[in-house]
This record gives sequence, structure tokens and C-alpha cells, in this order.
Amino acid sequence: MNTVFKAPKGKIHRISGTCISLIGDDIDTDRIIPARFLKCVNFDSLGDAVFEDDRINLKGKHPFDLPEKKKASILIVNSNFGCGSSREHAPQALMRWGIRAIIGESFAEIFYSNCIAIGIPCFTHNKKTIKQFQQQSEKENLFLDINIKESSAYFSDKKIQLEIKQSSKNMFLSGEWDATSTLLNNIQLIEKKFNQLPYIRLNEELT
Amino acid sequence: MWNLHKVADLPGGSSQIFIGLHLIHEVTSPQAFGALKDKNLSVKFPSRTVATVDHIVPTDNQSRPFKDSLAEQMIDTLEKNCNEHKIKFFNIGSGSQGIVHVVAPELGLTQPGMTIACGDSHTSTHGAFGAIAFGIGTSQVRDVLASQTLAMNKLKVRKIHCKNYLPEGVFAKDLVLHIINKLGVKAGVGFAYEFSGPAISELTMEERMTICNMSIEGGARCGYINPDEKTFEYIKEKKCAPKDNKWEQAVKWWESLASENNAVFDDVFNIDASQVEPTVTWGITPGQSIGINQKIPELNELNEDDQFVAGEAYEYMGFNPGQKIKDTPVDVCFIGSCTNGRISDLRVAAEIVKNNKVAPNVKAFVVPGSEKVAEEAKNEKLDQIFKEAGFQWREPGCSMCLAMNPDKLTGNQVSASSSNRNFKGRQGSPSGRTLLMSPAMVAAAAITGKVSDVRDFIK
Repeated sequence: MNTVFKAPKGKIHRISGTCISLIGDDIDTDRIIPARFLKCVNFDSLGDAVFEDDRINLKGKHPFDLPEKKKASILIVNSNFGCGSSREHAPQALMRWGIRAIIGESFAEIFYSNCIAIGIPCFTHNKKTIKQFQQQSEKENLFLDINIKESSAYFSDKKIQLEIKQSSKNMFLSGEWDATSTLLNNIQLIEKKFNQLPYIRLNEELT
Repeated sequence: MWNLHKVADLPGGSSQIFIGLHLIHEVTSPQAFGALKDKNLSVKFPSRTVATVDHIVPTDNQSRPFKDSLAEQMIDTLEKNCNEHKIKFFNIGSGSQGIVHVVAPELGLTQPGMTIACGDSHTSTHGAFGAIAFGIGTSQVRDVLASQTLAMNKLKVRKIHCKNYLPEGVFAKDLVLHIINKLGVKAGVGFAYEFSGPAISELTMEERMTICNMSIEGGARCGYINPDEKTFEYIKEKKCAPKDNKWEQAVKWWESLASENNAVFDDVFNIDASQVEPTVTWGITPGQSIGINQKIPELNELNEDDQFVAGEAYEYMGFNPGQKIKDTPVDVCFIGSCTNGRISDLRVAAEIVKNNKVAPNVKAFVVPGSEKVAEEAKNEKLDQIFKEAGFQWREPGCSMCLAMNPDKLTGNQVSASSSNRNFKGRQGSPSGRTLLMSPAMVAAAAITGKVSDVRDFIK
């Protein structure tokens, strides 16, 4: 785990770092961060608790406990990673542990949008390549240099093409993943919509 | 409906969507309010956000301050945030507190044609009313508070057509578990699930909520059912429903929303509801389920893609492939949650429990989904039926669905649960084991002390 936490900020063009592999399909957000750690009013202390139950169970052999992976920042996962609960605490815990990008076969929808919202790009690739990455990352310290504009990852003398939704890519490159200010740019259109929507005026009891 | 709510096309290629109703609770909102403060922003339309407290509330003694100081800090923070930003908060004792996805429909807040967001994945529940409803994370909660909008990409729609009708003793929960088993837990990624067909039309609104609630367990962020007469009837005269001539206008508008017979879907999946049995999960994902009379599948009976997780499930659950699920002993029986903690769920379970006793060594408890559900149940004396049988009758909250409050499994206890997730460690013990089933099936398991076919009780 990285000792000094610095959250992603602004435009994100490039992420480079050592890979850490986590094998398994359908790894849910309860496993990433068990519910008892959600009793908090900020995210600050979540990094240590990431995968807590799985780590206890594996008695030091969990990838997140391996000394050689302590500074890893690119997580390699399998399919439907982050399914289940919408808790942003899950990507927040991964980020606070040190993860800055995730490459997987597929991601659960809410987890994926939470990752975008906090500046963690998620890329996909096919099962076979992911497996190769995972195996290589377990054997040695696999270092990847990800270029977001190209959606490509460079390692040793090779280059591999990754997939990412165009709209997500644009958000990282422009810095709009931190969406609040972009959304507030359209404040007049928002007010117009509020006044136009049929059900708003039909529900004055609420207002 | 997408276009109706679209505020603008965003430079990156996604759309800015107006959120008609924003629901918040104590777990995923404090950091969002914190972020507003950091950015020096206010809540744009406080009238479009409604709060309640559900995840952390104890269900035995709810007097304040809570024994758990962290839980107390969370409710206290929510109270302060709602106060400061003038957000309506249905607190404990208000008569309307409860699980957010039980509370909003019963208040009439949930209505057809709305976009509804909440920092909780089971927001898909509200799609049962013909709303576009989905779970969001805390950063998105921040964005909705600040702007009442979100950056979104349009979802594809898979129609899940349920022909024929569910047999007696088979419930909405069985149907949705069956659907998730057939499609898998990741088939819904990128899709909204629209449920249709005679078996769906036949369901009550509360049963439809059970179906849409669990869409997310199939990977689909939204569930959806076309609004119909039943929908309008359910909403009518609810506290926050449109009144008088506004009601007429609302119904007229709602009627115009239903997707047309000739609507084009990105995918269609057919299910024969008459073939669904009482269904029980045996593994660690909601897709790992079987009919009550079936055996836990062997590895070679499963798709290659499902084998890794199946292997993990055998080991974690301590079950063998080929083993039957019926007669598996249970330690804890939990009736409640946003999936099955509504009054009709309690009625069905009480019918099974009536004049029976909870098996020795089984801990059985009922957690009503809301204060309103609890009140209604007491009026019908359902609480008496449960208590006389040996069930504990608790106060409303999420409780042991996710075990953020003191209600937890211990060790590797097996729970028969009417909730929605059987993930490893989900119910509060890192080695606890959850068998998902309908509330009627949980009631039957409580009485026999083992997984049982509820149809044997109905005959």
C-alpha cells in the first residue's frame, strides 16, 4: 500500500505502474470492502481494509499482502468485477491502497461509473490476454505504461491495444470525469428542465 | 423518457440527465455532502431529494444515542446535513422511516415516468412503477445534490417476457432468482431489464418491486415494468401522490408512457413462468440457484465460464456437487429487506407460520421494511402470529441483509434469507452462508429447521 495518498486530479493522460493480479469472476463490492467498514463519514481509512476478509482468510498470501506488490498501481481482474452493492467505498478503498487503473474482462456497471467518477480508468481485454497478464504479473513485476489517448499499454518492448468506452476516455483526457463543474455549466438548461418536466408541477406536495 | 430528461449532450459524448427524484440515506451521502462543502456548493433543488435512515439502524433498541457510536455518528451526520440543506428526512419515529426502497413507493414518491437515483444498487426496485431508476455511487450523489443531473450513457433494453403464470406456492422471488440463474449474473451489464408478459401483469405492485429489485443481481442497473392500472391504483391517495385534478392529469400522462406493442428491443429473452419451482440459492452469487427438488450442479453441468465461481462456491458453502438442497439444516431465518420486507411478504410468511413453532436451535426474526409496514402488520396482528411461533419481531431497517447493524451471522452459520445477496461474508460473518429464497420459503425453513418445500405447507 502506498503510504502517501494523492487522489487523481484534472486531466489524466497516462498511468504507469506495476501490475497486481487478482484472479476470480464476479468479485463483488462486499468482498472488496466488507459492509462493517462502511460505518464512516469519510473515505480516509478505507485503504487498509480493502479485501479484509479475503486477506485474513489467505493468511498473508493474498496478492494485496505480498511485499513485492506493495507499490502496485494497476489491477488486473477477470469478469464482472465489482458486482453487487453500489458502494463507492469499494473503488475508494482500492484507490487509497494505491490502485490507479484497472484492466479486466468486464466490469459491473455501477462500479465502472464509480471508478470514472473518482478518476480510475477501467480497461477491458479478452479472457486469454487477461490471463496472460495475470500469469506474467504473478511471475515477475510486470510494469505497464498506459497511454489513455491511444488506449494502449506498453510493456518491455511490446504494445497492446486496450478497450475503453469513448465517452469515458474523453472524460479522462479532458478532466471531465470530475463531473460536477461540467454539469453545473448547464445550470440554465437544468432550471429550464426543472420547470418543464410534467411531474414536477404535479407533485407540489413534495416541494 | 430518456429525451424528456435530457438536459444537454456533454462534450465527452455522454448525456446530461435530469434526476426527478433523489433518495438518500446515511451510508452513501455523508461524503457527498462533505464534497459539496469542499467545493463550496449548495443543494440545487432540495425539494427533489428525500432522506431516510435504514442501513445502520439497530432493530432491537432504537433509542438514541445508538449503542454503536459509529452508527450514531452516521445518523447524526445525516440529520445535520438534511437540516442544513432543508431536505425532507423521514427519521426514526416519524411513522415513515424504513428501507429507502420500501419507503419511497409507500409514500407515493415513486411514480411512472420519473428518473430516480439513490446511492444504493437496489434503486432498480422503483422501475416496477415504470420509472427509470438506478443506483449511483457517492460522487454521483454529490453531483445530483449539486446539479440534480448526472452524466449518463443510454442503456440497451432486454425484454424478459414471462409467459403463462406462476404456479401456487411459487412467488415473484422464485421467478427473479430463476431468471438470474438462466441469464447469469453478468448478462445484464449494459442493459435495462424490462419485464413483461402475463406472469408479470398478474403480479401485485409489491411483487413487481421484488422482480425489479433484483435486476441488479443479474447485472442490470435498471429494472422496468410498464405502468398499468395496478400501478396507478397503488399510488392513488398515497401521502405524496398527486391529488384531485392533478391526479387525473398525472394518470393521463402515465398512460401515455407505456412502451408500445411494436417497441423494438435490443434483446428478448423468454421464460415460461409455469415451469418455475420454489427456488433456493446454493452458492455465493444470486445466479447459483436451483429448484427445491433439484441437486446442486456438477461442474461439468455448468458453462465453462461459470465453473471457477462454482468451485469457489462448493468450497465456501461446504456443499458437494450432486447434493440435494432440500433438507439442508439452517441456523438463522431472516424475513425482511428491500426485496421482501413489505406487508404482502409478511402476510404470506405469517400464513405459513400460523399455528406452527420455530424449530429448536433456529433463530428466526422478522424485520419489517418500514414503520408503515410494521404498523400495518400490527393492525393485522401478524406480529402476534410470528411471536407466538417463536420469531423475534424487530424494528424496521436493512438489518441482516447486509449486516451493518448488530444483526449478523456468526461463524459458518447457514441462513435462510429473504434478502438479495448471498455473497461471501455478506450477512456479517466472514464465513457465514446465505441461502436466498422467498419469504414463504424462509418461514417454512424456520418451522422445519431445514430447507423445505413451502408447497407442502400450502396443501
